Amino acid sequence: MKNSSRREKIWWAVISVLVLVYALFPVASILATSFKSPSDLTNGSFLPSPGAATTSNYEQILVGDAQDLFLSSLRNSIGISLIATAIAVVLATLCAYAIARLDFPGKKLVLTTALAVSIFPVISIVTPLFNLWRNIGLYDTWLGLIIPYLSLTLPISIWTLAAFFRQIPWELEQAAQVDGATTWQAFRKAIVPLAAPGVFTTAIIAFFIAWNDFVYGISLTSTEAARPVPAALAFFTGASQFESPTGAISAAAIIVTIPIVLLVLLFQRQIVSGLTSGAVKG
Amino acid sequence: MSSSTINKPDAGKTPKSDRDTKAKKQHSDRVKAERRMGWYLAGPAFVVMLLVTLYPILQAFFESLFAFRLTAPDEREFIWFANYVTILSDSVWWQGLLVTVLITVITVAVELVLGFALALVMSKALKSLKGILRTAILVPYGIITVVSAYAWFYAFDINSGYVNAWFDWVPGIDSDLNWFAQTGTSLFVIMASEIWKTTPFISLLLLAGLAQVPDELTEAAKVDGATWWEQMRKVVIPNMKAAIMVAVLFRALDAFRIFDNVFIMTNGENNTEVLSLLAYRTSISRLEIGLGSAVSVLLFICVILISFAAIKIFKVDLAGTRGEKK
Repeated sequence: MKNSSRREKIWWAVISVLVLVYALFPVASILATSFKSPSDLTNGSFLPSPGAATTSNYEQILVGDAQDLFLSSLRNSIGISLIATAIAVVLATLCAYAIARLDFPGKKLVLTTALAVSIFPVISIVTPLFNLWRNIGLYDTWLGLIIPYLSLTLPISIWTLAAFFRQIPWELEQAAQVDGATTWQAFRKAIVPLAAPGVFTTAIIAFFIAWNDFVYGISLTSTEAARPVPAALAFFTGASQFESPTGAISAAAIIVTIPIVLLVLLFQRQIVSGLTSGAVKG
Repeated sequence: MSSSTINKPDAGKTPKSDRDTKAKKQHSDRVKAERRMGWYLAGPAFVVMLLVTLYPILQAFFESLFAFRLTAPDEREFIWFANYVTILSDSVWWQGLLVTVLITVITVAVELVLGFALALVMSKALKSLKGILRTAILVPYGIITVVSAYAWFYAFDINSGYVNAWFDWVPGIDSDLNWFAQTGTSLFVIMASEIWKTTPFISLLLLAGLAQVPDELTEAAKVDGATWWEQMRKVVIPNMKAAIMVAVLFRALDAFRIFDNVFIMTNGENNTEVLSLLAYRTSISRLEIGLGSAVSVLLFICVILISFAAIKIFKVDLAGTRGEKK
């Protein structure tokens, strides 16, 4: 018995290492590339050559030539993604509350619409918006990205939150009122603490999706005024015409991955429950 | 739901007493108020969703009926469905469709197997490992697709890569292999990046499905002497069919829209152009709004057809498995 549990432990160690390598290797790969100097890029090995590791790529995008390009896109990405997330979460919270608690005709229509919107090909929306935005002056503006981002963030927010809200024991609200709390107190003391984690989790997932966008980013912007990070990465050029932007892109890629890793480290449990409870709870 | 006992005012029956009628009237007033409240709360989200998708696709359909390029706005001309004829009789469309379908089928198949394995690992893992494994697996899920594309691109690239050096013992791989000069090898790397990034999502959906398989069933099968493989095939998989179907459909529709990986790695060179990229290049790069809109509409129709086929043929009950019981 002791033997088999020991063998089991070794098995689990092997499997865990495999999963970790699978999940983290590409990140480690681009991390290693971000510390290679331009002349070291072609060394053909995973790590920078011994003694040749450099932070010059990070300097280039944070304080050097490429800082205008990178820092402005970082600002755009953070601002646009946060605003699109906030709007989606507020609208979705109201909507999901109605779906979970109230009885009204068309409930299924709302959920089906959310589902249909979430499978909508983004590129099909881009062409008409491109033309329309140019005509009404939304092209290359924050608002011009926030609006289409709602098509990405809103549907999944509605589904996730509706699933969360269905699990809340709403009787608590009445119980609190029976105990003498006002409607508002009952809502604030009994319901908000239960609903807040769901809203927060939904916000993280919606933020990931907005942060990840590329199609809208390259199609609906043309300058540093609104271009988000993923689109900016694709437009990076080297310090000179003859220098490849590989190092700078890698460094920028690592910087925009840091917030993702932090959120995942801090809220792993919530994100998993958000992604799965929105999915299968028949 | 709290008010599942709504009595619709029944015209055929005469009420027993006045009090009864009053109660009913009050009841239906409350029902009306609840309905109104429901739409007040759900309405804004509903309207926004329609505005950001339904309106653009209708606009795209309208524009697809014109010969119209932004570089020559005065030559806009109504030409009915001629754009569609142009596209459907061009081999570029069919090549793009072929590549897109190929990528979709292969990535979804690989992801289903890999995702199922990951889901099993996560569900069976010791408590102390669960957190670490989930955290690790969420990194690819959360990472920006463009970043994933660059990570894989640089690893394989003939100049900055190390894959050729690492795997030169594999027949066909040597230091001169340029992965992005041929269709097959390009698609291999594109699909690898896509699979790496999206398998966690499918595995989480499958994990939720696994959790729904009653433990007693697997235990009973074990007692009856079923091997691990038999347990999987006869008990576990049939019991999570719904979750598998939903995961496959969602991923298939997502893979069908693939854009970022292809754009970064090859930009459609060497016959790797997918439909989304074709639409992008037609309307955004070449400013052929009429033609580009037609490609967009066709792509949209493809997505509709896939969903329709999945729902009708495989009986995928999206609403049912995604939480709505009604």
